[in-house]
Amino acid sequence: MKVLNKKLIRDLWKLRGQVLAVALVIGSGVATLVMSLSTIEALEDTTEAYYQRYRFGEIFAFATRAPLRLTNQIAQINGVQTVQTRISSYANIDIQGFDQPAIAQLMSIPEKGQPLLNQLVLRKGGWVSPGRDDQVILNEPFAEAHQLDIGDTVSVIMNGHKKHFYVVGIALSPEFIYAIGPGALMPDDSLFGVMWMSYEVLAAAYDLQESFNYLSLTLTRNTLPADVLNQVDVLLEPYGGVSAIKREDQISNWFVKNEIEQQKSMATILPAIFITVAVFLTNMVLSRLIATERTEIGLLKAFGYGNFQIAWHYIKMMLVIGIIGVTIGSVIGAYFGRLNTEMYAELFRFPLLIYRPSPYAFIIGGLVSIIAAILGALTAVRSAVKLPPAEAMIPPSPGIYKRTFLSSLGLARLLDQPTRIALRQISRRPLRSFLTSAGIAMATGLIIMTLQWDDSLSHLKRVYFFDSQRQHITVGVVDPLPLRAIYDFEKLPGVLTAEPIYAVNADFSFGSKTHRGGITGMQPDSTLQVIYDDGRKQSIEVPDSGIVIASRLARKLNIKIGDVMGVDVLEGRRPELLIPVVGIFDSYIGLPTYMNLDTLNRALNESPSFKYANLLIDPLYQDELYAAFKNMPKVSTVMLKQSALDSFDEHLVEHLMVFISMFTGLAVVLVFGVTYNSTRVALSERGRELATLRVLGFTKGEISYVLLGEVMFLILLGLPLGCLFGGILVWSMAQSFDTEMYRIPLVIEASTYGYAIVWVVIAAILSAALVRRRVNKLDLIRVLKTRE
Amino acid sequence: MNKVPQSELQPGIQPALAAYNLTKIYHSGEVEVQALRGVNFELYPKELVVLLGASGSGKSTLLNILGGLDLPTSGQILYNQQDLSKASEYELTRFRREHVGFVFQFYNLIPSLTAYENVALVTEISPHPIAPEAALELVKLGDRMHHFPAQLSGGEQQRVAIARAIAKQPDILLCDEPTGALDKQTGILVLEAIENINQQLGTTTAIITHNTVVASMADRVVNISDGQIAGIRNNAVRVMAKELEW
Repeated sequence: MKVLNKKLIRDLWKLRGQVLAVALVIGSGVATLVMSLSTIEALEDTTEAYYQRYRFGEIFAFATRAPLRLTNQIAQINGVQTVQTRISSYANIDIQGFDQPAIAQLMSIPEKGQPLLNQLVLRKGGWVSPGRDDQVILNEPFAEAHQLDIGDTVSVIMNGHKKHFYVVGIALSPEFIYAIGPGALMPDDSLFGVMWMSYEVLAAAYDLQESFNYLSLTLTRNTLPADVLNQVDVLLEPYGGVSAIKREDQISNWFVKNEIEQQKSMATILPAIFITVAVFLTNMVLSRLIATERTEIGLLKAFGYGNFQIAWHYIKMMLVIGIIGVTIGSVIGAYFGRLNTEMYAELFRFPLLIYRPSPYAFIIGGLVSIIAAILGALTAVRSAVKLPPAEAMIPPSPGIYKRTFLSSLGLARLLDQPTRIALRQISRRPLRSFLTSAGIAMATGLIIMTLQWDDSLSHLKRVYFFDSQRQHITVGVVDPLPLRAIYDFEKLPGVLTAEPIYAVNADFSFGSKTHRGGITGMQPDSTLQVIYDDGRKQSIEVPDSGIVIASRLARKLNIKIGDVMGVDVLEGRRPELLIPVVGIFDSYIGLPTYMNLDTLNRALNESPSFKYANLLIDPLYQDELYAAFKNMPKVSTVMLKQSALDSFDEHLVEHLMVFISMFTGLAVVLVFGVTYNSTRVALSERGRELATLRVLGFTKGEISYVLLGEVMFLILLGLPLGCLFGGILVWSMAQSFDTEMYRIPLVIEASTYGYAIVWVVIAAILSAALVRRRVNKLDLIRVLKTRE
Repeated sequence: MNKVPQSELQPGIQPALAAYNLTKIYHSGEVEVQALRGVNFELYPKELVVLLGASGSGKSTLLNILGGLDLPTSGQILYNQQDLSKASEYELTRFRREHVGFVFQFYNLIPSLTAYENVALVTEISPHPIAPEAALELVKLGDRMHHFPAQLSGGEQQRVAIARAIAKQPDILLCDEPTGALDKQTGILVLEAIENINQQLGTTTAIITHNTVVASMADRVVNISDGQIAGIRNNAVRVMAKELEW
């Protein structure tokens, strides 16, 4: 082995603490990238595999009652591959010992086995037996939420009649990865379930013999869904068909894809920020490290080593550090990625999990970091080899220290000599001092950025569940009820206030832009649900006429106040309306639109009616109220705010927070890497000076203070900068994190700054303690006698 | 070119290395230091020259420039008819690598390499090196070649530095205060090693020192003072290093 390589290995070993610290900085950048990219890949691959294996439909359409013979006609549409016709209905369920009103989506399956499409993943038990009308297969989350097992019974209120069923199987379905009740925001496994039963049972109960009301189909390759959608609509229209939807609008898939989309936003923004910061820090740390090698570089030059050979020597050093960092980062990233994917797989209950990270993430992360390391090295090496060797070999000439403005103020008299040394060291090399502070600031900013997610989500929760929705319960009814029926709800036990809501699905359009969404109609004097403007932080008036829309929808459609929006209603008589936009408001969640209830009813050509009732209740009467709902056949859904809140916490906050904690952990590692290196390099630069001070009679504590004091001042300077930088990061994050499902509010609590500062201080104290040990071991004679 | 005073030069002999009208101005911090003020100096093949001068006289600066470690502010340095003062960075590197060996006051060994490896560091990049073992034998350190600098005494470290300097078989050996950090006995051992190299291998050698006693082991003694050559004398007899007393 070449001697220079031996030197390399021994130097690396000597500097192992710093090598590891730099490697950790590089590693945490790589880890975030690998973790994020591999999670997304795994989620996408897994979803795709699940959909394919269990033949998830590509088009879905509801009707009220379509004859089975229509199946052939639909199958003959050009591009249709397989057609599945089913009966589906919502029904209230009665479970022993469970007071809250639960509902289920009933789905028909063939008695003889798996349907052609949207097949079930049987997790337990078996299929329904032919000829039996009392058997049901439950979806797994619902069964688990109620601890229902094979052989248990559930009662279903079908068309007003209570019927008992034995659970024969427990299953999952690609159609219900995200099992979400009608009108609910988040899945709630105890309140909403899916029940598969034989076609004959459902046909008998809902009087749909020889008919179907829910259609699903797959397409041949290269068929565009849009072409088929129209023809399906035409065929179903006489039978009460509601506009067919493609897979991407199917509710479960939409949620899953949105979740992946969120991950994607995070997976691009967070690691990009992380890697940028890590690259900067790597560069900073390495250039300081090499600056301390100045004498050896001069010596090598004196022997006749060329600039290129010397540069290559240090590049190899950086390569080794880079490779260690990339390896650490890849391993941690892959591990976190797997954990994260498993967590999602559990949330979505994927029956299979494909975690095969492609080399892509590793290669990008690795290359970016190693190139950054080398660039960092080159900058420093270039300035070192630029010096004539004679000059490089003597220590840098004493810096020009000046009495500054501050010292002339007389303030300096208050400072002792060690403090002056520390402060002058900073003021003499303002750029480098600033860079160290900037490094600390960036790391602090990263911690703030990751910690503030909790603030944002709490804020989101408060605004959505408390500021804009004050009701305890929202009740959905089977068919619209006349407006006066709201009084029936007011009379229910424990109900303090009841307010009607109408909601309808519609396609919005303006110019060439379209969006499929919904309109909520409410009364102008509503107090329970209000149109809350998240931008202005107050509620706005329900307009007498026209429609108010979310600002993000306005942007999507490129529409402004005063423009007339096309509204194609997707239900009932399906009118195609033109409604003027009279207001725009900010909303964090979804892309809502609101109209006056009366105006909406009139526009739909319906008598004054409502589909949902918001209720404010007295919790004392809760049980009685629940019991009353169970006997109200008109009630199709009951949504409890508390369970929505719980499920928001569980699904969004918990899962997101695990992901975010991983980032926080890596940010803390980064902070440690930076502070340790800054202190360590300061020690090697100033070993002689410190030893001289010791010879002059300074104590170990005092010289530690000279050294650590400098770093301490730089950290003190870095912390406020970091808070500022954190704010900027959060802002840019909020700008780019904007899915249709929700937007992240820009909220940073004071405590978040506090926690971030505490983390940095802990990291700094830890690295100071490690370096202090070295200060204590400083060999006075050797440092003074020789120049290393 | 200014006329060179004849007293400083020996006509008729082709110098191994020569400097004419050298000046060097340093900017150290805010201070401008004129380290050399027009120096004319020739180094003849196989001779041993001692450059004597007080601290700050400019002798180290001269040596650094002669060795291609630094460039003069003005003037010429001629090696084989080539003017090093106009040489490129690359040419200076080749010059140092192929023709010059350095010995420094503070040894400047690489602490993470053994004695053997410190020598090999240079032999690996030289065109006609002698084996590192042989170089270490020449300075009588054959038995300690696998020791790290920290395990060697100051004198031993300096002898390793000498072995490192001569292992490439340089045309010129430049020693900057080689005994400056050593006690008398160790210093003499080091000087003996240099003397051996000069006599056995015929390597042209220049030693910088402020110690006047060392001057008596030289063929020629050059006095430097205040950045100029104050005088040159030839020693009729070279005193052996081991007979030096101070």
